[in-house]
Amino acid sequence: MAKIHVSTTINGEPTEFLCDAADSMLDALRDTLGLTGSKEGCGTGDCGACSITLDGRLVCSCLMLAAEADGHEIETIEGMAAPDKLHPLQQKFLESAALQCGICTPGMLVAAKSLLERNPNPTETEVRFWLAGNLCRCTGYDKIVRAVMETAADMREAAR
Amino acid sequence: MNDQSNKWIGKRTVRPDGADKVTGRAAYAADATMPGMIWAKVLRSPHPHATIKSIDTSKAEALPGVKAVATAADFVDFPVDTPVPLGIQDMRWMSRNMLAKEKVLFHGHPIAAVAAINEEIAAEACALIEVEYDVLPFAIEIDDAIAKDAPILHDFMKFDGKPSNIAGTLEHTLGDVDAGFAEADVVIERSFTTKPVHQGYIETHACVVSVAPDNRTTIWSSSQGQFMVRAMTAYLTGIPQSNIKAIPAEIGGGFGGKTIVYLEPVATILSKKSGRPVKMVMTREEVMRATGPTSGSKSTVKIGAKKDGTIVAGQGTFYLQAGCLPGSPIRGAAGCAFAPYDIKNVHSFGYDVVSNRSKVAAYRAPGAPIGAFAVESVLDELAVELGMDPLKLRLKNAAKEGTKAAHGPTYPRIGYAETVEAALKSEHYNTPLTGKFQGRGVASGYWFNAGGESSAQVNITEDGNVVVTTGHPDIGGSRASIANITAELLGINYDQVSVQIGDTASIGYSNLTGGSRVLFASAMVVTESTEQVIEQLKGRAAKIWGIDPSQVVWEGGEARPMGEHSANFPSMSLEELAAKANATGGPIGAGSQSNTVGAEGGFATHVCDVEVDVDLGIVRVLRYTCFQDVGRAIHPSYVEGQLQGGVAQGIGWALNEEYIYNKKGQVDNPGFLDYRMPVCSDLPMLDCGIIEIPNPKHPQGVRGVGEVPLVPGPAAVRNAVHDALGIWIDDLPLSPPNVLAAIDANSSLQAAE
Amino acid sequence: MSDIRYLAPQTLDDAIAQYAAAEGAARILAGGTDLLVQMRSGLLKPSTILDVKKIPELTAIERTADGGFKIGAAISGAALEEDPDFGKAWPGVLEALNLIGSTQVQGRASMGGNLCNGSPAGDAVPALVAAGAVATIKGPNGSRELKVEDVPAGPGKTNLKPGEILVSFTFPARPKGSSDAYLRMIPRTEMDIAVVGVGVSLTLEGGTCTAARVGLGAVAPTVLLVEDAAKALIGSTLDDAAIEKAAAACSAACNPIDDKRGTIAYRTKVAGVLLKRTTAIAAERAGRT
Repeated sequence: MAKIHVSTTINGEPTEFLCDAADSMLDALRDTLGLTGSKEGCGTGDCGACSITLDGRLVCSCLMLAAEADGHEIETIEGMAAPDKLHPLQQKFLESAALQCGICTPGMLVAAKSLLERNPNPTETEVRFWLAGNLCRCTGYDKIVRAVMETAADMREAAR
Repeated sequence: MNDQSNKWIGKRTVRPDGADKVTGRAAYAADATMPGMIWAKVLRSPHPHATIKSIDTSKAEALPGVKAVATAADFVDFPVDTPVPLGIQDMRWMSRNMLAKEKVLFHGHPIAAVAAINEEIAAEACALIEVEYDVLPFAIEIDDAIAKDAPILHDFMKFDGKPSNIAGTLEHTLGDVDAGFAEADVVIERSFTTKPVHQGYIETHACVVSVAPDNRTTIWSSSQGQFMVRAMTAYLTGIPQSNIKAIPAEIGGGFGGKTIVYLEPVATILSKKSGRPVKMVMTREEVMRATGPTSGSKSTVKIGAKKDGTIVAGQGTFYLQAGCLPGSPIRGAAGCAFAPYDIKNVHSFGYDVVSNRSKVAAYRAPGAPIGAFAVESVLDELAVELGMDPLKLRLKNAAKEGTKAAHGPTYPRIGYAETVEAALKSEHYNTPLTGKFQGRGVASGYWFNAGGESSAQVNITEDGNVVVTTGHPDIGGSRASIANITAELLGINYDQVSVQIGDTASIGYSNLTGGSRVLFASAMVVTESTEQVIEQLKGRAAKIWGIDPSQVVWEGGEARPMGEHSANFPSMSLEELAAKANATGGPIGAGSQSNTVGAEGGFATHVCDVEVDVDLGIVRVLRYTCFQDVGRAIHPSYVEGQLQGGVAQGIGWALNEEYIYNKKGQVDNPGFLDYRMPVCSDLPMLDCGIIEIPNPKHPQGVRGVGEVPLVPGPAAVRNAVHDALGIWIDDLPLSPPNVLAAIDANSSLQAAE
Repeated sequence: MSDIRYLAPQTLDDAIAQYAAAEGAARILAGGTDLLVQMRSGLLKPSTILDVKKIPELTAIERTADGGFKIGAAISGAALEEDPDFGKAWPGVLEALNLIGSTQVQGRASMGGNLCNGSPAGDAVPALVAAGAVATIKGPNGSRELKVEDVPAGPGKTNLKPGEILVSFTFPARPKGSSDAYLRMIPRTEMDIAVVGVGVSLTLEGGTCTAARVGLGAVAPTVLLVEDAAKALIGSTLDDAAIEKAAAACSAACNPIDDKRGTIAYRTKVAGVLLKRTTAIAAERAGRT
């Protein structure tokens, strides 16, 4: 069976790649496109380490076929920082030690960014439930939740 | 060190590896590729217990795209009657765990591996390997494994002279327990069970290995010790250690589970056979089925006390599952269980029991939470029986400097009592609960902590900055703490220090990232190295100034002349001295290697509030505070992180994590869907009460902090559930069906509703 | 290397033709949150994957002439949540759909997929059953309609005939004083499969329940419509006696199994507990004072 040709946009960049029908978007990102920032923790949508956005909507790239990217826009962790400046969430995660081993961090950041785009003033409960699909085994989530809420406050302040 | 004078120790600096980790740049094990790389998959046993009669790999080898096939026959043989210890492991068991030899011992046990041009073909080829089995009866639970007619896993293993699944025992005795119990006014005895729980690291095991035709081997993998990977790979493949360069990838969590190898030697042999670099990445299902959880257990603990609360005797019997090969952490269970207390008469006994489960691996204070669960639960009941506050009971019996512990040591200055006092005084403990079916529980815990071998190299760069290299994978921010210490000692800015984790060819031997030893041990060798560097810097300045080195002081990041010379020369900065290094004797740098001692144990006391939905049996944690003596918090954020992470794992262990086996002897929940680790919405904020009683045996006062925070958790949650319901539940997990069954069995609670 | 075909037809007719041509080994891809997991585990190896998300009928949200809704079977929960009206009329259906998996999964998972996956524990299904939703199905032999409760045939099986595609769900217009709710029991707060799930839809007139439907999940091979529970509620003021009777009917309807997620005794008891709680929420939403 011939490979499928996919034309998509990844982190704002028009991108073409070839894939098999059964390849997940995560496979394409990691193995074909060299974007290894998205991680595979489970491959079944239970850990969130592979989180990306598809046309602005948060999804697990392990639960999406690579072929489905055709004609759509993908954002990954690699597209989050500006060349010379981290995203406020990235900066806050660093300053507040909201990561330990760091393997869940890319997915956690992509998910948190997606939350703040929809809800710039989330409650602790809203943060916790939005991030419930992003497993972290190191931190107990405390510093992550605080970092997201503090970033939200900073971004609201900056937007005033 | 005086807190006030510290510029970097105790500061919440940004970790040196942080930017890479928040941008997706950091390279973990599965992120690597090598030119010409192929992929390997593992064939696993469909039976929990069977003799292997034959393995025929010819069809797999004939499949187009297949480049190599490996079975146990390709590896060094370790006969079962000759122990080959390596650290706490034995290569006899490690080899058989990596690839089954005479028998398959659990469902999922690796039998063979295939390397092919892609994963699909490798998997297809695995299915073509023909294995002839003699299927045997199996035993999963402890009671089945020690039953009279139990299927015996290993014919060579004897207990009381007879073939047995009891692989070993361990005993600690202090005083005379019988005499102690005879003195007691109150004696409480209870039996408990806990289920095996997995470390649950989010990164699955992975490696890329390249073996050149001359056997020069490069291993890129995620582990808690590149030197462990090198040593085990050398043992198992016969390649000398000097030919193996093991590079530590960033590690996506370990918690003890990555202190042994599963893949690296297999990929090494496949690479050697195929002539191609080989990549292996486990699926989550493989991790859950075939890598080590920690032991399930059954235990009985008996404690006797006087009316005033003085504990006069403690006795514990702990059966721990080893999985299919010997080596459960009975030392942690039997050794740590009574360790927080000054008890004159203690008897503690552990049994190491094999059964047809995957071999256990270390998990954060291995065995200690099992021992603590039993002892801390009995103590809670004792407090109720005596009408005493449970913390005051613990404080009355708290171990302190000079206490002789049953597992051996006489304690130096320790901070256990301080953790209890802090809990007693805390706002948390003094705030009454208000809701129906809410409860508060407390528990304490101990972990040995470890020192051991570490190496460090501190080099001054030509532009006057500092590169520190150590040999321990940074699993939770240790680079930042090492940078804090180095900057402090040198009196320079934190940003001037870069901390690297060396591969096995670029730094001296360093033992595992484990045992809560990394900062303790690496701070010691980094301190020694940095002090040597400071001596060199003083010598260089002395040379430039033409004075005796004893007349130079290093202060605030500068060399300054002293005494009669103090006004003669302007001080020289690190940058200035580095620029003149070649003229004054060459590169500036120093290394240190040591088998560090003086780690000393760590103690914690936890306070946990829960609320129980009595109609559904759901337990939710409302509030949690962890009080721990951390020695010295070099980087408070990462100390808190260790405490919070350990607490979350303890809550998971208490509430919903468990290995569930079906009737066929297979794990029925081999994934994150049904192996239920806490998710973000399950937990409240996790408060930390950091207590700093500096370790007198460490230059910065460091005590290990990583493991203790898991130890009290399960008991604290269980005691809180008792406080909420008035029911003692002795079997973990406190999952909704188990809690509801306990409620339904308790008529008094229903009457109270 | 792969011998699987991926097709993403633009029209329903094309999809039906391609599905028929691919014969039995083809699978429909909507959100993919079950399909990809099953493919990865080796449980499924389809010859063709038919992505239906480019077909207008499967992704439309429409009001029907009588004031009800017609919802495309492949719409994700996150997309449906953004509709200004649907969640007001059917908050229980929407909350059920958006209890599936994580935020990430909700960005993909659809009611159609949840129903066709055939799991008795699918969260959306008891709420759809309670809502009285009707599935529109189209195949080579034309269109037909099935009540949602008649779609599942057993674990992993549906009553769709070969070549048939689930297109949309039709929800009836809501009389005043109507609402619905869905609750499930899971051990954690999120991310688990329902151990028991209960959907309740009801109508109140002057404090009396005039219509009710109860859907019960994860306690039998298929999601159940519990008519005895509805009968107990209808005509009552949702007083304690009526609620107890309905709860008992839910427990009586259970035919569960012991498995890694719950025991028979646990599920049977919890079905009744959840009926009470879900009914209370639905009643409050329906305007009970």
